[in-house]
Amino acid sequence: MNTVNAVNAMTDVADAEPLLSAREVSVSFPVGSRVGARMRREEHLLRAVDGVDLEMRRGEALALVGESGSGKSTLAQALAGLQPTDRGEIRFDGRVLPASRSRADRRRIQMVFQDPYSSLNPRMTVGGMLRELLRVHHVVPPNRVATFSAELLALVGLSEADLSAYPRQFSGGQRQRVAIARALALRPDVLVADEPVSALDVSVQATILNLLSNLRDELGLTLLLISHNLAVVRHLCDRVAVMYLGRIVEVAPTEQIFSTPRHPYTRGLLAAIPRMTEGAVDGSGPAIAGDPPSPLRIPAGCRFRTRCPIAQPRCETEDPVLAGAPGAGAGAAEHLAACHFAFSSGAGAPRPDRSENEQNA
Amino acid sequence: MGTVTGPVSASILEVRDLHVRIASRRGIVRAVDGVSFDVPRGGALGLVGESGSGKSMTLRAILGVLPAEAQVTSGEIRLDGVDLRQLRGSDINRLRGPKMAMIFQEPMSALNPVTRVGWQIAEGPQVHLGLSRRRAAERALELMRRVGIPDPERRFRAYPHEFSGGMRQRVMIAIALSCDPEIILCDEPTTALDVTIQDQILRLLTQLCRESGVSLVFVTHDLPVVAQVCHDVAVMYGGQIVERGEVRDVLLDPRHPYTLGLVRSAPDFEYVRESLVPIPGSPPSLVSPPSGCRFHPRCAFAEDDCRTSQTPLRPLPGGRFTACLHYERTLEAVEADRACP
Repeated sequence: MNTVNAVNAMTDVADAEPLLSAREVSVSFPVGSRVGARMRREEHLLRAVDGVDLEMRRGEALALVGESGSGKSTLAQALAGLQPTDRGEIRFDGRVLPASRSRADRRRIQMVFQDPYSSLNPRMTVGGMLRELLRVHHVVPPNRVATFSAELLALVGLSEADLSAYPRQFSGGQRQRVAIARALALRPDVLVADEPVSALDVSVQATILNLLSNLRDELGLTLLLISHNLAVVRHLCDRVAVMYLGRIVEVAPTEQIFSTPRHPYTRGLLAAIPRMTEGAVDGSGPAIAGDPPSPLRIPAGCRFRTRCPIAQPRCETEDPVLAGAPGAGAGAAEHLAACHFAFSSGAGAPRPDRSENEQNA
Repeated sequence: MGTVTGPVSASILEVRDLHVRIASRRGIVRAVDGVSFDVPRGGALGLVGESGSGKSMTLRAILGVLPAEAQVTSGEIRLDGVDLRQLRGSDINRLRGPKMAMIFQEPMSALNPVTRVGWQIAEGPQVHLGLSRRRAAERALELMRRVGIPDPERRFRAYPHEFSGGMRQRVMIAIALSCDPEIILCDEPTTALDVTIQDQILRLLTQLCRESGVSLVFVTHDLPVVAQVCHDVAVMYGGQIVERGEVRDVLLDPRHPYTLGLVRSAPDFEYVRESLVPIPGSPPSLVSPPSGCRFHPRCAFAEDDCRTSQTPLRPLPGGRFTACLHYERTLEAVEADRACP
C-alpha cells in the first residue's frame, strides 16, 4: 500500500508462481539484558526463525513439522502477519507484503489456533464474533450478515441456533469448529492451522481433520498445517516441511518424506513415532538421543550435528544449505534437504555414509 | 481377571468393582463405576480412554490421592494382598515409595521448584529406607546415572527449572524408582513431550522395568504408546472398562465398537485411510449416564437390548474380555475393514 513496492523485481521464474512464499525470513526475540547474555555466553537474541525459505502453491496442503521450540509456530505467525519479521520478505500472490499489512492483505491469510478454549472471546456469542468480523472487513453487505453467518456455521457442521451461544456452551471440538468458521468468514486464500487438533480427544480429532480436508476440497483453500503428529500430517497434506532449530531441514512431497527421508533428523523423527503394533521398544537405543540445543546456543556449522548419528568433522564448520539432489534437473526441486550427505548415496534408508568407514552409525 | 480368583501371589495389584463418586454442582458424578482388573507381577497394563473416561481417577484412587470432592464409595484395591481401603492415611503413606510410586504428566508441577533435584531423589530413600543423608545422596547419583541424566555430579545440585522437559521426566522416573517399588503408576507421562523425547522416555521406562521387575499401570489416551509399553490393555469408556485383553488383540482386532471407533478415528502412521471415521456424538454425562450399555447412543450396532440390559465384562475365547452384547458385529466390521483397506 505504500513505497515498499519492489514488486516484480524477480518474477515468473517458476512455471506456477507460489501463492505465498518466504525468502530468508528471520524472526528473533530479545531475551533478558545484553550484559546478562554475555555473562552467560549466550546470545541476546533468540533466533526463533533463522533464515527460512518456503513456498506454498495455490491449493496445496503443506505441513510444517518439528519439535517444540523449532520455530514452526513463529514462522506461521510471521506468514499470517501476526509476528513482525527481522529480515527477509514474504510474498503473497505475486507481490511483497509490507511490514504492516493492509486490512485487505490480512484478510487473505487467516489462522486457527491450537487451543479453542483460549482463542475465542468468552464474552461474545458466536454470532457476535462473526458479525464484528463481517462488518469490519465489509465481507458481505449489512443485510446479508445474518444469512452469511448461518451459512458459515453450516459449512463447519454447526447449526444456525448456535449463533446465539457463547463459547462455554460448546465442547472442545465444537469450539474448534467455531474457530474455523471465524477464520473462513473473511474468505481467505490461505488457512494457517497451528496444531488444530492436539488439544482435542482422539475421537474428536478425526472430525476436525475430516472437516479441514473437506473444506480444502470445497473452497479450494491453501492450507498450512502445523503439527507435531506425523500421522496426522500423512493423512492430510501434500507436502511436508521439517523444521529444526529455526531452519527448514527438509521439504518434500508427503510420500517421499515417509518413504525416503533424506535428512538424518527426519529419519529419527519418523523412527520415534509409536506404532500400533506391539513392542517396537525392544531395548535398542532411542531414535534420536539427547535434547535439542537451546536456541540461544545454536551450534556452529550444521545445527543438527550435536544429535546426528552420521556427523562428520565437516559438519562442524560448514552450514549445509537446503538444496535438491545435485545434477538431477528441475524435478529435484521437489525434494530438498539441508544435509551435506543427504543425496550422497542411493536410497534414503538408514545408510552408513558416502565415504570410507562409517559403518558404526 | 474378572470373575476368576487367582492365587494371591500372582498379581501385585488387584482392583475389584471400584466405584469413585465426585460431588459436583450438577450432581454426583459417577467417575469410576465398577472397574476391576489385575496387574501381574512384572506386568504392564495400559488404561486407555478419552478425557472423562475415568482412567486418571482410577489411578488416583489406587494411590489414595483423589481430589477432595472425590471419594471411593465401594470396591477393593489390593496391593500385594493388602486392601488399601482398610488402611489409615499414615499406613498408606508408608507404602507410597517402597511399594508403589507414581509418575505424573507434568513433571514441572510435580517437582518441588525450590529444592535441588538430587535431594528430591534422595528424599525417598532417607525417609522410607532409613538411609543416611550421604548414602541417600550416593543412591540418588546412581539413579541419575541409570535414568541417563548426563553429568550427574553437577546436575545433582540443579533446580528443576534448569532441566528440559525430558530431563525432568527422567528425574521423576528416578524418584519413582528410588525406593525400589513393586509397581509404578504412570499418568500420561509422555503426553507433554515431543515425539523424539517421548521415544527416549518410553524406551527408558520399559528397559528399567524389565531390569528390575517393576510392574506398571500406564494411563494414556494414545493407543500407539500403549502398544509400545504394555502387554495388556483395558479400554475405558464412561467410567467403565469396556474391553480388556492383550494389546495386539485389542488394538489390531477389537471386540468392542468403542475400541473399533478409537482405532478407526486415530490416524495411524502405517496405514493411510481415505478418510478418518470419527465416533459420532459425544461422551456420556456421568451424572446421569445412559441406561444399559453406556456406549449405545453413539454405537452403530446398537439394538434394543443394548438400551436396557447391563453390560458387564464377559470372557471371550483367547483370554480376553468385552462388555459388548453384540461383539460379533464388531468382528464383522474389522474383517470388512481388512478385506477392503
